[in-house]
Amino acid sequence: MLDWLQRKLSRRQGLKSAGQLGVFGAIGAAAGIVTPASAANAKMAKGHAGHHRGENRTVGRVDHKRNGFDPHAILTDWDRGTLSTDDQGRRVRSFEISAIDKEIEIAPGLFFPAWTYNGRVPGPTLRANEGEHIRVTFRNAGSHPHSIHFHGIHSASMDGITGAGMVNPGDEFTYEFPAKPFGCHLYHCHAIPLKRHIHKGLYGAIIIDPDPELHPEHRDVALSRQLGSEENKHWQEMVMVMNGFDTNFDDENEVYAANSIAFAYMLDPIKIDPDRPVRIYLVNVTEFDPINSFHLHANFFDYFDHGTTLEPTLKTVDTVMLCQAQRGIIEFSFKDYEPGRYMFHAHQSEFAELGWMSFFKVEGS
Amino acid sequence: MSRANAYFALPLAALVALVALLIWLKPFDALAPGAPPVEALAFESVRLEPGMFRAKVRVDGSGPVSIAQVQVDGAYRTFTQSPPGPLGRLSSAELAIPYPWVDGETHVIVALTSTGAAFEHSIDVAQTTPDVFGPPARMLLLVGLLLGLAPVAIGLMSFPALRQLGREGTGFILAITVGLLVYLLIDTLGEGLEAAEGVLERFHASTLVWVVAIVTAAGLIGIGRRGDKPPEGLKLAGFIALGIGLHNLGEGLVVGAAFATGETALAAFLVIGFIIHNVTEGFGIAAPLTREQPTLINFISLALLAGLPALLGVFLGAQVVNPLWTAICFGIGAGAIAQVVIEITALLVRQNGTAKLAGTPVLGGVVTGLLVMYVTALLV
Repeated sequence: MLDWLQRKLSRRQGLKSAGQLGVFGAIGAAAGIVTPASAANAKMAKGHAGHHRGENRTVGRVDHKRNGFDPHAILTDWDRGTLSTDDQGRRVRSFEISAIDKEIEIAPGLFFPAWTYNGRVPGPTLRANEGEHIRVTFRNAGSHPHSIHFHGIHSASMDGITGAGMVNPGDEFTYEFPAKPFGCHLYHCHAIPLKRHIHKGLYGAIIIDPDPELHPEHRDVALSRQLGSEENKHWQEMVMVMNGFDTNFDDENEVYAANSIAFAYMLDPIKIDPDRPVRIYLVNVTEFDPINSFHLHANFFDYFDHGTTLEPTLKTVDTVMLCQAQRGIIEFSFKDYEPGRYMFHAHQSEFAELGWMSFFKVEGS
Repeated sequence: MSRANAYFALPLAALVALVALLIWLKPFDALAPGAPPVEALAFESVRLEPGMFRAKVRVDGSGPVSIAQVQVDGAYRTFTQSPPGPLGRLSSAELAIPYPWVDGETHVIVALTSTGAAFEHSIDVAQTTPDVFGPPARMLLLVGLLLGLAPVAIGLMSFPALRQLGREGTGFILAITVGLLVYLLIDTLGEGLEAAEGVLERFHASTLVWVVAIVTAAGLIGIGRRGDKPPEGLKLAGFIALGIGLHNLGEGLVVGAAFATGETALAAFLVIGFIIHNVTEGFGIAAPLTREQPTLINFISLALLAGLPALLGVFLGAQVVNPLWTAICFGIGAGAIAQVVIEITALLVRQNGTAKLAGTPVLGGVVTGLLVMYVTALLV
């Protein structure tokens, strides 16, 4: 009997709130069609009229100054290191990286006890040219042993694993390896336990630009990738490291983002000039979840898996899926597009709603 | 100052000095250098309005707790906190979270503090929390009456039948009543301890349930025996009605909360079970009256005393009560029941002697009472 009472009650409530919808609601009410769904819709509509519906985002603003890094600056602040020629005549590109324990604000008011390279997450985006010799001086100013394991081609002693370039707190090690193959790569700490050392923030991107002279069949493509060339200046390049943070250490991420700060590019969209093509160096270091993805709204792109080819490995797609440590280059254009905001995000809705949701703001040409 | 006073002052002064020293010198801070803050957060109640969650949270911790962000169903949501800012130890705030929640579905709210600790609350079946004076309230009134008053009144109608019994039969009936009440005692304590789980640890709510029960029982025994005369007859029936009434207040809270938290289907089923179950309670109240000449007014008063608290409970429960108060209510109920169990047992001893307590009529009655309650509880 009470079941019946309840039904009667919710029916009445449905009718009442449907009435507040005006003509549309009146038609529904007159027809006597009040399904649970329409009652719920009516309820939602009532909520809309009554007060603010709320949004899927974080509340407040992250203090980037206190963090010491800005997600918008990270997009393009390539670390070129210093270039010199050694006595063997090699062009040597030298970088300096320190591991530092640092609390960072990953969403407004939400702090994470991170381990960082150079005080930022992701670490500096190292950028070198194919054929150069890379030298990375690594100092461990943190509280645990750390290393840098570069995804690249190097000797066993340079691997950055236990017994090969593992650095105790206070110590230092120099990693040396040739800049090859060209592409979009990843570096990260390979200390054990691996999961903890990676998800605490010890990772970053290393980009090796192709040498146009070595790739005569795609010389123009290689030129466009070579940072500083006239061809390259036409492109709008940016790096995005897809990551997550498990703030309560239950092996599930509470925050997902591109470049660490939840919703950073949603609250402040990335400005895009429609007349210049866009190239994204995309890296996935999300821990705990086997895959992450990149989805672009209202547009399609070419994808170069690992960036190690000059011809796209996937053509005309709007979503790519990357496993942990997988990365690639995404190229597209907003030429002749209506100015406005164009969304991009992980197409795991869960990741998107937990912070990995962003906008490009296409400006008027 | 007399010598006796000085004896009391000495340990008191020493204690004050020790506490002052601990506060001033903070010797334990050295034991926990840079220890991460300990935080606790309890959702005391969540009210559902169309397009809106209103969650009342209370915090505890080694320092002030800052609620940084709120997730609903695994998505960050905008919210407003009042009062805003970091929350001091044991203080509470309301989180207003606009959300297009779906009628009849499950929603999960997570509050994340500045340290990244996550505290979760599940709304099992979402439904609008009834307004105090809205139409749902009228229905709750009906539920309260059905739950509390009606079954007790029906149970009291067994009075003429009970009167037909002789001395042995009366003892048996009283023993059954003890069984019924012991069942209710276990049940009430269990409910209280369950409610206590939702309370911040610092309140020691599960211990509090026991403490409140013991204090209530001791208090009622004291009141009942004023003038050195243990309660019998109408007075004892009154205390049984009070005990059952307080128990029903707790039950009402549960049913009301079930309605409020949207477990309506569950609540509707609960009511039917409770009604059948509670008829036995009325029977228990009538048991000590068999050798009295109660008036109709007496019966009405007893029914009201045992039944009306359920109505109040349903009403309060539907307004989403803080689990600490629910636990305390159950503690009071348990204490009141314990008192009548003790008094009826004492009456049986007075009437038949201690030896008879171990006899078949009494033991059989107690077991019958327990079983009847268990079997009727299966309907709940």
